[in-house]
Amino acid sequence: MLSYILRRTGLALVITVLAVSLLFVIIHMIPGDPVSTMLGPKASPELRAALEERMGLNEPLLIQIGLFFANMLRGDLGIDVFSNRQVTDIVLGQVPYTLTLILTSIGWSAIIGIALGCYSAANRNSFGDRLTGVLSVSMIAVPAFVVSLYSLLFFAVTLKWFPAIGAGEPGDFGDQLWHLVLPSLAIGLSWVGYIARLVRASMLEIMGEGHVRTARAFGLPERWITYRYALRLAILPTVTVIGVGMGFLLSAAVFTEIVFSRPGLGKLVIDSITTRNYPVVMGSVLFSTLIFVASTTLADIINALLDPRLRSAR
Amino acid sequence: MNKPAKNNSEIVEIFRHLIRDRLGLLGLIIVMLIIGSALFAPLIAPYDPVALNIPDRVQGPSFVHLLGTDQLGRDTFSRVIYGGRVALQVALPTIAGALFLGLVLGMIAGYGPKWLDNLILLFFDTVRSFPTVMFALAVVALVGPSLNTVIFVIMATSIPTYGRVVRTMTLSIKTSEFIMAERSLGASTFRIMSVHILPNVLGPLAVLAAMDIPTVVGLEAGLSFLGMGVKPPTPSWGSLLNDGYSLIRNTPWLIVAGGIPLILITLGFTFLGEALRDVVDPKLRGRGGAK
Repeated sequence: MLSYILRRTGLALVITVLAVSLLFVIIHMIPGDPVSTMLGPKASPELRAALEERMGLNEPLLIQIGLFFANMLRGDLGIDVFSNRQVTDIVLGQVPYTLTLILTSIGWSAIIGIALGCYSAANRNSFGDRLTGVLSVSMIAVPAFVVSLYSLLFFAVTLKWFPAIGAGEPGDFGDQLWHLVLPSLAIGLSWVGYIARLVRASMLEIMGEGHVRTARAFGLPERWITYRYALRLAILPTVTVIGVGMGFLLSAAVFTEIVFSRPGLGKLVIDSITTRNYPVVMGSVLFSTLIFVASTTLADIINALLDPRLRSAR
Repeated sequence: MNKPAKNNSEIVEIFRHLIRDRLGLLGLIIVMLIIGSALFAPLIAPYDPVALNIPDRVQGPSFVHLLGTDQLGRDTFSRVIYGGRVALQVALPTIAGALFLGLVLGMIAGYGPKWLDNLILLFFDTVRSFPTVMFALAVVALVGPSLNTVIFVIMATSIPTYGRVVRTMTLSIKTSEFIMAERSLGASTFRIMSVHILPNVLGPLAVLAAMDIPTVVGLEAGLSFLGMGVKPPTPSWGSLLNDGYSLIRNTPWLIVAGGIPLILITLGFTFLGEALRDVVDPKLRGRGGAK
């Protein structure tokens, strides 16, 4: 198991290094450069040269990438030229907001999705199963930012049940939770249907397998078989999907943070783009990529813990 | 191994199945309506989608303006209809490009030597490690918002999805007996890939692409909503939602009107895709929807 964890973590590191390098190369390939983005087209050559030197942009590409990694390892992502604060500090200040939002969203949708999936698989082809099926597809169908806007319109602006703006008073847990309801509803809704369908499909597959039949033949109670044997394996694809889905969750969080004016990585990126604050944009993209890679790796490791067959696979 | 539809009788069979499958038929109707209204937008839309009419601004639905007007008095219904054009303008080239590159890379990875396979897989994993919207924003921050930027970014991030599916299918077909037989008869690699592997891969891939269209449309709308996609005054469903967001306390209609086509297009393609999947490859059942 340890060797699997080491191998998987190694792969994650390689992917992170490649991803950051790829980002660098793309930035160099596409027209437009950070300096004109930040200073605007009318900047004087002296000003451009000064900023280029300050950001290390006058070095060759390979050296830039090398310098970037060397600095990154020391936790230094450069300095925000506007506020003179460390980019790492600015970005790290926003990460908890986004992570709280994402984890709350996926948490409630996984609980309800798994329960619905189990119910559907246990009562296959019943009215409830069909209803869950249609509801699931419909829930998957609505993009998160549309749910955000609709829930903002109905529950916050029209009915005034929930707050429309912000993340709540710092230190006031109840208020913060209250501010989380609509945003996490918006992000989680499509996942309920998705997870329910996934759990149903894999439960049905596993309930037909040999070891479940054997357990039945030994006279174990059906409830025991469903939850002790089948569910444990049926959850595996859900873990993978949530791990891989972290990318979708981070993307959805961008929209939700904008719609509800919540602090977080997404709001930071959009604000930094409007103020042409390029280092902060890059820092936020980098952090979200790190979160994404870490979560896919973690999902693979959890899967290997739950299912020993996976440890030998690539 | 199922062969894709090559002659008329198989296409007729697919249609027959679609008509029997109620949700599939509903999906087909929705998709046809959306494509039809985008194609014939100038005939259907009652007004010019960018024509200003300040005296009539921010109105609710009426017989004159079916879905009301926005802050500049532009007819919302006409903007929704023309928005379909923008959505398809982005979705079709994006998916076609990603499909083509994914197909080529996936087949090379699946059929080529092991080291090349590993290299391509690593490339796929690397590209997939960016959250799409964040990656898009990083690029937009540099080159500025435009339709082409949106197309480039979504295409680049979609290649691995297709590539991985093609690779897995190529790997399984590669070891099947009829390919062995073909090889022992001296067929070239190119012939095996184009005549035997490609047709077998295309069917399931087409289904995947159909189900991917709403994702791409949603991304375009999302980026346009953030002001990072199409530029005003081009009508996109996303920019409609953006206008609606800034007017949310004045009128609910813009948000309602901008969101419904996005929900419809996703439902339509999901239902259609699932029905097609059951025909093309029953083994893929239960793989879930738009994610």
